[in-house]
Amino acid sequence: MERKAQVQPSKINLFFRDYGWCYVFITVPILVFLLFTFIPVIYAFIMSFQNYHVMGSTFIGLDNYKQMLNDEIFWRSMRNTFIFTVATVPVSVAITLVLAVLIFPRGKKMQTFFKASLYLPTVASGVTMALVWFWIYDPTNMGLLNMILNYIGIDNQMWLGSSSTALFALILMSWLTGHGAGIILYLAALGGIPRSLYEAADIDHASSWSQFRNITIPLLKPTTLYLLVMGIIGSFQVFMSIYLMTQGGPNFATTTIAYLIYVHAFEYYQFGLAAAESFALGIVIILASIFQFKLMSSDVEF
Amino acid sequence: MSQPAINHETPLNRRPERKKAAARIISYLILFFWIVITLIPLYWMFVMSFKDTAATASFSPEWFPKRPTLATYIRFFTETDAMRWLGNSLFVSSVLTFTNVLFCSLAGYAFAKLRFPGRNMIFWMLLGTMMIPAQVTLIPVYIIVVNTFQLGNTYTAIMLPMFATVGNIFLMKQYMSTLPSTLIQAARIDGCSEWRIFYKIILPISKPGLAVLAIFTFVATWNEFFWPFLVTQTSSMRTIQIGLASFKFAESTDFGAMMAGSVVAALPMFILFFSLQKYFLQGITIGAVKG
Repeated sequence: MERKAQVQPSKINLFFRDYGWCYVFITVPILVFLLFTFIPVIYAFIMSFQNYHVMGSTFIGLDNYKQMLNDEIFWRSMRNTFIFTVATVPVSVAITLVLAVLIFPRGKKMQTFFKASLYLPTVASGVTMALVWFWIYDPTNMGLLNMILNYIGIDNQMWLGSSSTALFALILMSWLTGHGAGIILYLAALGGIPRSLYEAADIDHASSWSQFRNITIPLLKPTTLYLLVMGIIGSFQVFMSIYLMTQGGPNFATTTIAYLIYVHAFEYYQFGLAAAESFALGIVIILASIFQFKLMSSDVEF
Repeated sequence: MSQPAINHETPLNRRPERKKAAARIISYLILFFWIVITLIPLYWMFVMSFKDTAATASFSPEWFPKRPTLATYIRFFTETDAMRWLGNSLFVSSVLTFTNVLFCSLAGYAFAKLRFPGRNMIFWMLLGTMMIPAQVTLIPVYIIVVNTFQLGNTYTAIMLPMFATVGNIFLMKQYMSTLPSTLIQAARIDGCSEWRIFYKIILPISKPGLAVLAIFTFVATWNEFFWPFLVTQTSSMRTIQIGLASFKFAESTDFGAMMAGSVVAALPMFILFFSLQKYFLQGITIGAVKG
């Protein structure tokens, strides 16, 4: 009896002997996750029904959501966010695809050269790029854009200072920057398409345009989907370029939802209202991602 | 008699070749045009950083600075806490790179190669949080760090939420699952402890993956703006990005020194990129393509 008790460790001991290390290995990420994602999500949800105050919050039901939905500026920033996303993401992905398809047939050295030069701006921080573009858009002819336009006889424009052009200026900047990572992903995906498909198409005398449409595009779909979803998530959250370049102005023309959340939370300390707005943003992002997955995965199957 | 036949044949044979050559020229033109477009802002930044106030304010554009000067750099370093900002960035990025390499490779290994109850559930829970936009958790995280833990304006506050990130765990899991399991099993039969297996076998053979993780974490934390911006109040606690941004809101914008600062903030990353280009260009595909 005594011997048996010694030989057989308890179930808990066995469990730890077998799996103890596994849980030790994931402890830190789990703690970070609990403290900075799990608890905050629940906390934010509760907060969105409160009039938050450091000295004790009061429960106010749906008032934050009502205030949000009745706020004209909330709808304006939703609209700005939407316009910005629709105008930037598809165009950027299309540019990325075209560049990748043009780079792909080149030799290895040329490929690396193009990859590296187009990836370089991605290595610079958003702050750096925002400051450089802030200068490009300078309203005097010190700004690069006005300088170039002066050559062809167009007068100086207040790119960021006028509510009719400010949002467009931000869109233009996003068209022209940061395709590097996408190009590299597309090139990897292009390398994965079996050559035999194109050879078969050649035998059938399919034009290169039809090969592009019927072979390349469908087989690149997973990468396209990934870039679209990531692009949309990113552009819904655009903050820093707006903070540095326009401060949401002029006259709220560039106030996006992420910027509005920042203003309400950290300039007016309306944490409850900002929490409600961030849930609205979260729901929009998740719906948009699901919608894209449905849309993109429905038609062609291989 | 034979002439018409030749005339008839040659264009047919040549046309695809000519078409191909034309297509190649056009595609090179487009690519070089695009490189010019994307690199001009960076070139502009470099040029402007070597011009002094008189030249930057002059209304004639200069594509090459006629009288290059370091005055803007001197101003940037003497009139701001630039050295301190750079030091802060270096410290924060180094610590976060170390913690991410250690903890994310441990977790990635556990999720890829070890079996334990709840493994899949925990992994998918972690991965699922990548869907939640940062804004949702931002305010409570701020309250927890600044009000509950009283860590406002400290290095700990800047680093804590990025101590180990889900993206990096996912990257490591993807990478580790390609390693051969037989090595691990052999070591286990020999009586190796799990920690020893990780330390002595897994880490050494994962070097390329760890290098990618380290580089990307370093660049990302060096370039991080929003969170350090929220939790730092005093100039001495700012990272280079926040310091640079604060420069813009000085009373009158000193474009020359601002561009000098931008170069200072970006140059270490450019050097890192050029010396470790291979890792950058390969690394992007590890997490994304198969995911």
